[in-house]
Amino acid sequence: MNIPDGLRYAATHEWVRAEADGTLSVGISDHAQDALGELVYVEAPAPGRKVAAGEACAVVESVKAASDVYAPVAGEITERNAALADAPGAVNQDPYGAWVFRIRPAPGADLGALMDAAAYRKSFGQG
Amino acid sequence: MQRTPLHAAHAAAGARLVAFAGWEMPLHYGSQIEEHHAVRRDTGLFDTSHMLALDIEGAGATAFLRYALANDVARLAVPGKALYSCLLAEDGGVLDDLIVYFLGENRYRAVLNAATAQADVDWLAPLAAARANLRPRRDLAMLAVQGPRAAERLGAALAELRPAIEALRPFSCAEAGGTFVARTGYTGEDGFELLLPAGEAVPAWERLLAAGARPCGLGARDTLRLEAGMNLNGQDMDPSLVPAECALAWTVALDGERDFVGRAALERRTASRRLLGLVLEERGGVLRPHLAVRGAHGEGVITSGSFSPTLNASIALARLPAASVPGERVQVELRGKPLAARVVKPPFVRNGKILI
Repeated sequence: MNIPDGLRYAATHEWVRAEADGTLSVGISDHAQDALGELVYVEAPAPGRKVAAGEACAVVESVKAASDVYAPVAGEITERNAALADAPGAVNQDPYGAWVFRIRPAPGADLGALMDAAAYRKSFGQG
Repeated sequence: MQRTPLHAAHAAAGARLVAFAGWEMPLHYGSQIEEHHAVRRDTGLFDTSHMLALDIEGAGATAFLRYALANDVARLAVPGKALYSCLLAEDGGVLDDLIVYFLGENRYRAVLNAATAQADVDWLAPLAAARANLRPRRDLAMLAVQGPRAAERLGAALAELRPAIEALRPFSCAEAGGTFVARTGYTGEDGFELLLPAGEAVPAWERLLAAGARPCGLGARDTLRLEAGMNLNGQDMDPSLVPAECALAWTVALDGERDFVGRAALERRTASRRLLGLVLEERGGVLRPHLAVRGAHGEGVITSGSFSPTLNASIALARLPAASVPGERVQVELRGKPLAARVVKPPFVRNGKILI
């Protein structure tokens, strides 16, 4: 299982990358894409939507199951990855490249609940 | 959890194993979508050893099966022919579906679904009573070789079967050197199902892989059978439904006076619903079992739904009001949004071709 350093991870298996413009890119982890299987549909939130931390704001569906993607922090959606509408399988091929949406954290939004790579690895019992 | 004789071979081929009907079975070997395409375009190889072959022999075997099955084994004019049939309860409800092969006078072999195999045997045993001997064949492994190039690849892998498979018509079976081979399947493609001694399963599997057959798991098996419009027991049919509500009226032989289990009830019951196909006509997700369907004739429900790799769209089987017809537009509510779907007559795909 691939868990790159330098990203933050949610217990619900999203990864979060801080971008230079202050937004956060959000996708699903290698573990999440592997557990779901090949994705055939991705529904990402519309830019401008305000979300609470932990709010279900995107859906990924594989051949066998649908799964919510949760906002890792409170904030406003700034962008969605439109390429995934036609190529949802990109999430399987490159889970850390295929971001689903970007979010600008609300002032004072707390990233502290997110894990670093070491802690996320540990959550699977890997040291 | 039960394991088939091919369990180690699945692990060696990189299978993702899952629990299915009490068996640990491959879900896929990396990509269930690529496995699906392999069956539509070339050759896929499935371990179906979780299914149960049941040998039925004895002086009253034909009489017993003519009473126990809704289809009529007397339609099997010559040994080597196969028949698809429902197993009905006394009230006409569908207990299971099966294929029965005619081996010779008063000798048959049925192949039963894994999840219902024991219940089927328990149901059939008292009906057979002294008329026939039922012998479950857990000593046999079962492989399915499916796809437009299945005959070629099977013949290359198991040369001793080549004369038999070259002569074999669809929905027929033969014995060749201790292997039972039938030109049947659950994918909507040409292909073969093999029953062979458990100890011969691994070498046969390896030779088929070497001949170019791609190992396929339950994931591809489900999307293939859905595209082929074939029912899955427990989803598209169950004991509360009569065959006509499962698009299986054609399998019930009501001609003549033959008495069979469920006949009297069937002749009284009318089908209030019918099973039809749906194609999702807009983006918005994947059709799934239990989703509600709304149309001009009332409400229905999806019984099987998934993503069709061949159509690159979501498709489903749905139980709809009896007045529903192909061509109608309906709505399926998914995550609070009504999505447009078109009613079609299954199969969606047969022999590699899109039919809807």
